[in-house]
Amino acid sequence: MLLEVQGLTKHFGGVAAVRDVGFKVIEGTIFALIGPNGAGKTTVFNLITGMLQPDGGSINFLGKRIDGLKPYQIAAAGITRTFQNLQLFSGMTVLENVMTGAHLKGKTGFVKSILRRPGINAEDKQIIEQSMALLGEVGLDSSADLPAAALPFGRQRLLEIARALASGPRLVLLDEPAAGLNSTETKTLARFLKKLRENGLTMVLVEHDMETVMEVADRILVLNFGRGIAEGTPAEVQADPEVIRAYLGEDEQIA
Amino acid sequence: MDRFRCLMKIKKTFLWPAAVLLFLALPLVIDSNYLISVLIVIGLYTIIVQGLGILMGYAGQVSFGHGGFFGLGGYAVAIMTTRYGWHPVLALLAAIILPGLIAAIIGRPTLKLRELYLAMGTMGFGILIHTMFNEAGELTGGPSGIAGIPYLTIGGLTFDNDIKFFYLIWAVVLLVLFGINNLIRSRVGRALRAISESEHAAETAGIDTGKLKLKAFIFSALLAGLAGGLYAFYVTFVSPAPFGFNTSVQFVLMAVVGGLGTFLGPLLGAALVVLLGELLRWAIPLVIPGAGGEYEIIFFGLILVVLMIYRPEGLGAFGKISKSPMEKTPAASDVGLPESG
Repeated sequence: MLLEVQGLTKHFGGVAAVRDVGFKVIEGTIFALIGPNGAGKTTVFNLITGMLQPDGGSINFLGKRIDGLKPYQIAAAGITRTFQNLQLFSGMTVLENVMTGAHLKGKTGFVKSILRRPGINAEDKQIIEQSMALLGEVGLDSSADLPAAALPFGRQRLLEIARALASGPRLVLLDEPAAGLNSTETKTLARFLKKLRENGLTMVLVEHDMETVMEVADRILVLNFGRGIAEGTPAEVQADPEVIRAYLGEDEQIA
Repeated sequence: MDRFRCLMKIKKTFLWPAAVLLFLALPLVIDSNYLISVLIVIGLYTIIVQGLGILMGYAGQVSFGHGGFFGLGGYAVAIMTTRYGWHPVLALLAAIILPGLIAAIIGRPTLKLRELYLAMGTMGFGILIHTMFNEAGELTGGPSGIAGIPYLTIGGLTFDNDIKFFYLIWAVVLLVLFGINNLIRSRVGRALRAISESEHAAETAGIDTGKLKLKAFIFSALLAGLAGGLYAFYVTFVSPAPFGFNTSVQFVLMAVVGGLGTFLGPLLGAALVVLLGELLRWAIPLVIPGAGGEYEIIFFGLILVVLMIYRPEGLGAFGKISKSPMEKTPAASDVGLPESG
């Protein structure tokens, strides 16, 4: 088991944003979190990546507890993420963004950087090579020297995914990767995610675009008001009466 | 077009060395101790603002306490040379290491503070240090300070006049400029820039942002201490007055006016603030006879306001798009900056 979440709980003031949520992610699969707005999906991501500390429950990654660790420690453990509202380093070039994503692969420290000791150039050269290869995979290699902010929105999303892949993580959390993409871009994205899975990468996905979710996800957990209400394969989840109620509302007279 | 580009490239390759050489030849042409001393002061402040620029422009942390680190460097040299008879080079090392150590100690709790609280925390530190200079009578000589600091001697070379100091200080400025240029282009530099863009994204890339901010804080304190030590050797006298809260504010001002996160910003900011101060001190009594120092501050403020309206990203922000509220923004060439070549 790559990731195991148990009894995860988080309160904001008196409101429980996430209540007793549990799920397991098998290595080499795509796991999706879906649910109406405010269901707590992004909060789950923030808890897994250490950006928020849970009030209860546990998170195990590769058999080790990671709840309570700092975000950079969790990144070092092998989990990276993308953000729903893009968090690119917009003043840096496309290439520099990916190179920064590869921070964990380098060793050069503060003093060494100032003195530019030999060996730095070799390390940088290697990281540039790897980053360019990654940019090639998402089709951004020809834009490597552009400022990240100059890319169209859809390509910025791809760049963020490339940056999240740059450190060679075991698990990547993707927060609404299809949001704001047109249908062609969404299809390309789905194809890319499936290719990453083929290469052995594990992903957890928060996504509103149901077509994409049903196409790529191996398993789906449905959240509503911070609680898991159903889990299963795409077909199982689609047939679940409670899921249909959560999505369409309970008041039958409206129909 | 290609020929034009080629020419531009040649121009760029030779422009910087030429500008540096021209600048270094200044003392040979300028026959005025006053002007040389102004250039020395600009150089000293540039060293400090270069470090502060890393802290503010990249690590995103403000400090209103760097007057204190500057002073610690100055007093370290004064005390070690006059009271303990240390060799000037050793005393200068102490002037670098002491502020660095203190920054390492106070940095951990202080940098957990954010925005206004961080400003207040560092300000409190600066005031504390300044008060200590005034009150620790035995050690610091109280308000009258410590006189009789020997000249700096490195090897057989004694820095006993302004021209020698000019070369010493500006050599240090160039070294620091070179080092920072290396830093910014490196893995650590990318991490620092990442913090200033998105701290969340930096953390998820595996960057220990807290530790890196602390390192930037220590680095900036080391440079302020170095400048303080050099200052003490230059004027051979220290007193609490030049190391107070006003000085700290001036450093922040230089960093902002010069342009945060820009290569030449610290130099331009230090030069502008120092030159403007000197110019106003000379010009205002000519225009308004009998005017006191308060008029200087008014005009100083006015000029800075105008500058920040037209060039909010600072003087050093070449090539960046100026986000001015006015549609027309002056290009670098319009303000007579070196980019015009």
